[in-house]
Amino acid sequence: MSDRCYMRVATHMPPGHVRTPAYLRGKVGWVERKLGPFPNPEQLAYGLTAETARLMRVRFTMAEVWGPQAECPDDTIDAEIYAHWLEPTDPPHAT
Amino acid sequence: MPHDHHDHLSPSGHPYRPDDDHPLTYWQQMEIAIREILIEKGVTTAAEINAQIDTMDARSPANGATVIARAWTDPAFHAALLDDASAASASMGFDIGPLKLIAVENTQDVHNVIVCTLCSCYPRNLLGLPPDWYKSRAYRSRTVKEPRKVLAEFGVTLPDHVTVRVHDSTADMRYIVVPARPDGTDNWSADRLAKLVTRDSMIGTGLPKDPGTIAQPLPSG
Repeated sequence: MSDRCYMRVATHMPPGHVRTPAYLRGKVGWVERKLGPFPNPEQLAYGLTAETARLMRVRFTMAEVWGPQAECPDDTIDAEIYAHWLEPTDPPHAT
Repeated sequence: MPHDHHDHLSPSGHPYRPDDDHPLTYWQQMEIAIREILIEKGVTTAAEINAQIDTMDARSPANGATVIARAWTDPAFHAALLDDASAASASMGFDIGPLKLIAVENTQDVHNVIVCTLCSCYPRNLLGLPPDWYKSRAYRSRTVKEPRKVLAEFGVTLPDHVTVRVHDSTADMRYIVVPARPDGTDNWSADRLAKLVTRDSMIGTGLPKDPGTIAQPLPSG
């Protein structure tokens, strides 16, 4: 689908209260819907003044997340990821 | 002679639950200390805390079942629920609070299942407290990796043509599954349909009950 907006999740592993699961870091998915804005939980968790942040529901295929180990490659995982963790990218190459 | 032996069984044959004669943990002490300080300083009262516990205990999957049964019988509400589940639930008197709710619908081609890999996010306003297994490391880690195997262990075996969509409740949204309405329920009232909607069917680890298991309503006279 050419109108899908693909995003890559950042790979960094900062300490602290982070809502981006480690198993999705570096993976490419597409925006299923946009949400928010919400106060950034990474600041909120420490009692800091939280900036508002945009939240995206990003859909990943099992093939993208687990590679050849995927139980069923076309099944999907949707997760909510804050925009500052996402970078626009090209669609993954078709196999 | 029930007391002669089998110390681990009561006279009526039930196992004794061991007394919890151990010191409070760090976090138990911390909870008590903070609660007492808040009451002492007049920030809250014991009555308010008890009222909040009662409110939490009063929530049950019956709330969610009422919402699902209405979605099955009222097309306008069905559309509203899928568009904005927080607002649709609130319109039925189920206040979602500051959290946002997303309803995801099971169809002939798609099966949805909810998990929170990071902690235990759960739509408590509609389903009450989460079951223990929902918070277990096994459920949280396996559901994103091998959802079909996990579902099969719950008794839900899906054909290959059905796509499984796992929803990891990672941040500010909560999720509820709208199960597919069972066949053979035409003309059923919403009240009767609600009896088919189980907690697990709204998490996605179950399906609604078989309509044959629900007694016919008495004919109205």
